[in-house]
Amino acid sequence: MNIVVLVKQVPDTWAERKLSDSDKTLDRASVDVVMNEIDEYAVEEALRLKEAATASGGEASVTILTMGPERAVETIRKALSMGADKAVHLTDPALAGSDALQTSYALAQVLSTLEYDLVIAGSEATDSRMSIMTALLAERTGQPQLSGARKVTASMEGTAGTVRIERQTENGYDVVEASTPALVSVVEKINEPRYPSFKGIMAAKKKPLTTLSIADAGIDAAQVGLASAPSQVASFATKPPRSAGQVVKDEGDGGVKIVEFLAAQKLV
Amino acid sequence: MAEVLVLVDHAEGTPKKVAYELLTLARELGTPSAVVLGAGASAAADRLAAYGAETVYVSEAEELDGYLAGPKASVLAQLVADKSPAAVLLPSNAEGKEVAARLAVKTGSGLITDAVGVTPDLTAEQPIFGGSVVVQSRVAAGTPVITVRANSTAPTEAPASGTVEQVSATFSDADRAARVVDHVVEDKGGRPDLGDASIVVSGGRGVGAAEGFGIIEQLADTLGAAVGASRAATDAGWYPHQNQVGQTGRTVSPQLYIAAGISGAIQHRAGMQTSKTIVAINKDPEAPIFELADFGLVGDLFTVVPQLTEQIAKRKG
Ligand SMILES: Cc1cc2nc3c(=O)[nH]c(=O)nc-3n(C[C@H](O)[C@H](O)[C@H](O)COP(=O)(O)OP(=O)(O)OC[C@H]3O[C@@H](n4cnc5c(N)ncnc54)[C@H](O)[C@@H]3O)c2cc1C
Repeated sequence: MNIVVLVKQVPDTWAERKLSDSDKTLDRASVDVVMNEIDEYAVEEALRLKEAATASGGEASVTILTMGPERAVETIRKALSMGADKAVHLTDPALAGSDALQTSYALAQVLSTLEYDLVIAGSEATDSRMSIMTALLAERTGQPQLSGARKVTASMEGTAGTVRIERQTENGYDVVEASTPALVSVVEKINEPRYPSFKGIMAAKKKPLTTLSIADAGIDAAQVGLASAPSQVASFATKPPRSAGQVVKDEGDGGVKIVEFLAAQKLV
Repeated sequence: MAEVLVLVDHAEGTPKKVAYELLTLARELGTPSAVVLGAGASAAADRLAAYGAETVYVSEAEELDGYLAGPKASVLAQLVADKSPAAVLLPSNAEGKEVAARLAVKTGSGLITDAVGVTPDLTAEQPIFGGSVVVQSRVAAGTPVITVRANSTAPTEAPASGTVEQVSATFSDADRAARVVDHVVEDKGGRPDLGDASIVVSGGRGVGAAEGFGIIEQLADTLGAAVGASRAATDAGWYPHQNQVGQTGRTVSPQLYIAAGISGAIQHRAGMQTSKTIVAINKDPEAPIFELADFGLVGDLFTVVPQLTEQIAKRKG
């Protein structure tokens, strides 16, 4: 079973995140960056599926796919040190400022050059918070969308596989099934990601990392990048941070105090 | 005026509140048409007409509930091709965003998610980075596809004709790729849906046990509120996963959010920090939730919450 994991590098959610004044895109240069948190769960799930496959005598591999600036290599190394086998890094100045639709086009182009049974992504990136990459890729590749999984089971018979997920819904959950190749996204309920071991960190340095430019991946420069983005930021404004209101200590009348506040706000 | 398509979120033909909000918003942008897809769709027409739907497009094709996102996007894409609407509005929940994503690819259109407002020139307002920045965005290609968060517009009635038009949809193999084999509904006792509710009362690890959620539910019921929970509470099995608020749970922005026994971790905030008013009850004066609370009460939730419930009940007489 060949698994590709989509991993994104994002600004640390604790850092102050800004849009740049000049081109109104996320200022990625001036902040601390980390692996998107839920992507760690995606890597973990891929490693577990690989371990299960090899334990039952099958063959499996885990490939990390990242689109992002040069420094995203740090995040790729982390995924490799968790235990992924190899990585593909799509990086090109022409990609800067691409929106979600353009990113899905670029990733779909790279995916079309890879052999895989499953693509696994995190359900959401903490910077854009759109939760749509799996749906976009499904539409572009014609492959099934198994998104928002809190549980994944996959079984392969030769090259034909079946994947089943439990997808959280607003009033319970759905069980959704598809044939491979399939695109899965996972939520954090699914597992507990491992920490890279010292051995893993050393090994990661020697694992194959392929760097692709847009030309290498057959991506049309006219379809990516800020200038041709199908959605454009016209303007933005920074709101003063939500300031703490009043904090009151309970003197036995805490409930009364809250109701007084709510009544003053016309909320009760 | 050009048509504006609104994808109606509904349960067996009963529209959710967000559908009325989107129709109210669509009236500012053009002539609203409701699109109701899936089992029970035909039953929704009258109610949608009351909120301004001139036309109600209906399809109850089995594929619409039988497969994830693709079939709904296909019907909308056909309507976009046939009717050339000015824009398509969808609810900004998990399904709405995925349908919107697929629709945007199918129609070669630009996509904006999580809008809290849309102006008549189709500029959308979106809060990003947890509400610290507000962005005005526009779609530069195709038919704007915009998902709008619940509680962004106050729904008002404006009766329209609500002419029902059956849509005969055709689906591709790709639409039938992800099959829903089981649909499990976990009861939550007739409370409003988290995404729709104008008040949400949430409990966290401080609630201590599944039984502890009893006082949270009583407060919620007195306020007509939905019940939310932190991940600590859902992971412990004290409350169902579908009620989790946060980064990997639901994103809510009600008029009032009450957090009891929740510390305010960044992943929890991600799901609630655009709430209009936030009240926090926590026994630790250093709890980070107080940094964003409009009103914070340092105290034991087991005494404060029941007292609050009693006081509200008294006011309501
Ligand atoms: C990838 C990822 C995704 C996540 N997604 C989410 C998410 O969607 N939603 C989410 O909520 N979390 C999420 N988390 C978890 C998050 O980091 C926190 O662990 C979680 O929110 C903590 O829940 P809590 O506030 O209930 O518990 P705690 O942090 O343990 O806080 C409990 C609070 O209760 C107070 N308390 C205790 N007893 C009382 C009492 N008697 N009266 C009053 N106060 C009391 C304590 O002072 C404390 O502040 C995610 C984490 C990760 C890594």
